[in-house]
Amino acid sequence: MTSRKTVLVLGGSSDIGRAAARAFAKAGYDVGLAGRDAAALEPDAADLRARYAIEASTWTFDVLDTASFDGFVAGLPVLPDVVVSIVGLLGVQQNAESDVAHATTIMRSNYEGPSLILGLFAEEFLARGNGTIVGVSSVAGDRGRASNYVYGSAKAGFSAFLSGLRARASRGGVHVVTVKPGFVRTRMTEGMKLIGPLTVDAPVVGDAILNAVEKKTDVVYVSGKWRLVMLIIKTLPEAVFKKLKF
Amino acid sequence: MTLVSGWGRFPVVDSEMLRPRSFEAVGAAVADVTGSVARGNGRAYGDAAIGAVRTIAMTGFDRVRSFDPATGRIRLEAGVLLSDLIDTFGPRGFLPFVVPGTRFVSVGGAIAADVHGKNHHGEGGFGRYVDSILLRAGQGETIEVSREQNSDAFFATVGGMGLTGIILEATMRLRAVETGWIRERVISASDLDAAMRALEASYAATYSVAWIDCVARGSDLGRSLIYLGEHARADEIAEGADRFPISKKPGLAVPIDLPSMTLNRFSIRAFNELYYRMGARRAGGDHVVSLYPYFFPLDSIADWNRIYGRRGFLQHQCVIPEPGARGVLGDILDRVSKRGDASFLAVLKKLGHGDGLLSFPLPGYTLALDFPVKGDILNFLDEIDRLVVAAGGRLYLAKDARQSRATFEAGYPALSRFNAIRKSLDPAGNIRSKLSQRLFDEV
Repeated sequence: MTSRKTVLVLGGSSDIGRAAARAFAKAGYDVGLAGRDAAALEPDAADLRARYAIEASTWTFDVLDTASFDGFVAGLPVLPDVVVSIVGLLGVQQNAESDVAHATTIMRSNYEGPSLILGLFAEEFLARGNGTIVGVSSVAGDRGRASNYVYGSAKAGFSAFLSGLRARASRGGVHVVTVKPGFVRTRMTEGMKLIGPLTVDAPVVGDAILNAVEKKTDVVYVSGKWRLVMLIIKTLPEAVFKKLKF
Repeated sequence: MTLVSGWGRFPVVDSEMLRPRSFEAVGAAVADVTGSVARGNGRAYGDAAIGAVRTIAMTGFDRVRSFDPATGRIRLEAGVLLSDLIDTFGPRGFLPFVVPGTRFVSVGGAIAADVHGKNHHGEGGFGRYVDSILLRAGQGETIEVSREQNSDAFFATVGGMGLTGIILEATMRLRAVETGWIRERVISASDLDAAMRALEASYAATYSVAWIDCVARGSDLGRSLIYLGEHARADEIAEGADRFPISKKPGLAVPIDLPSMTLNRFSIRAFNELYYRMGARRAGGDHVVSLYPYFFPLDSIADWNRIYGRRGFLQHQCVIPEPGARGVLGDILDRVSKRGDASFLAVLKKLGHGDGLLSFPLPGYTLALDFPVKGDILNFLDEIDRLVVAAGGRLYLAKDARQSRATFEAGYPALSRFNAIRKSLDPAGNIRSKLSQRLFDEV
């Protein structure tokens, strides 16, 4: 037990999760990494300890196993100061169009699970009177597009959940951050055609998350360019928008 | 199929890029084709980090396994960049013992090229501070190699251009420093003799390097600015300054391939004249500078390789043994200055002994010159190579994209010993790069 602040990263094995964990550890936080396979997270925990001389722990957490959430939160030895959810699943839009099971997994991984777990943490934080919740959502949730609306609609739901939670929790001293990374070079996007000037590396997102927590930002577009791009996309009349293929 | 090139963007060749996520996946990637090599951050200039068939991208392996602040000993995965090490451990008072001219290289690449820095004359190369290496040998075994255990494989791997197997992890020592600042002294030298005298006279300096104006001719031939450096103590830095300076993200970037005519004998001459005069004005007393501009002046310009245009550029880096280096260096510089197209990155430096079988350094002077790829440059460099070989010198494989087998074989007398070790580690010949096909492999 230390006097340092603590952050819990849900989805700690993802590239953005690792980057966020490093950003917080560098800033002096003790870090908990949570993922489906806690043992697989141990090398990353060791990396954080070796680099930043902080404490790092690993936790088993499955975002689809919502029945385990109450026990997961109650089982933590320390309620963290910050919880960050990077959990998500891009899936394959074409398959999701006809495969109900796949579409369900996308929806649950991006909306149901992250919303419910962050909601539980929010209750604990409100009872304590402080804490910061970070949800990594997506610009894809700003408007449903033909090429990825199953994922996008789940992210839209998650963004809406975070927005409402923020309004409610802010009165109780708890801050909620919504992060919309845009294109990030990660395993999730490997092989996809990304637009260079709109694409960032995972460490940029990690730093942006830390920065948003420290500055109590509400909604973060990691690259300011995305705010503009999505503003344009959101304002296109539906009659025009539906003709676009992207 | 993917088109791949090194930092010099010449040659551009086809190789399948794989990005394995586990050491098991690395092993599988090596096992099933004849012709893989590891690639770190892609800063080798030519074809060293391009697989004959398949290139294995290693930068995803960026974890530190353990660090002991009492000894500075660190165990890490091979894809960790030196920039990351400096940013992470610098504020804790530790730096790599050896850094090359860019910090954007991986630890695996730095071992494979046994990179040298401005302190090679006194402190040796990168490999000297590596205690052991976890190597995925071509045969399918993963072995730990060190000076004590599998020492043949160790000395073949340090400087072995990735050809003994895939470097997965390494244990090395970091240098304890009080600050991230360098106490720098600039000496201006009016010609080659003065430059060599100054480097000789400053042999005791921890760091020394000469930037050389390779456009200057006649009595100015070889005029240089010599940069000496020592790690600054805490009481030597400016009052109120952070002990460890913040690394700035590259402030400038070259956004597009500049037209190849951007660099011509007039623009280079003007640049060099200005650079020399500004440097000469700073000559004399000591001043304290951040480690970043001291060690990595070009890192502040992202993608500077694009300045040479789409056809890319060649860096020719040779080392000429002493004695007798003066005559050959003068001859090379004379020929280069008459062409007028060698560019601003011209560096002269004293080297000591290399550690690995194929390590580039040998006691003498190294000269590095950049040339845009155009015209008769390949023929011209062949001429220079003949001078290098006649003087008992050699070329740096990490920079090379074009030397002949004869030049290579003449320069590296330990080659047959290296080949025998490589064969025992990789009898089926699974590890092959474009460079090994060009210079090593049986055809």
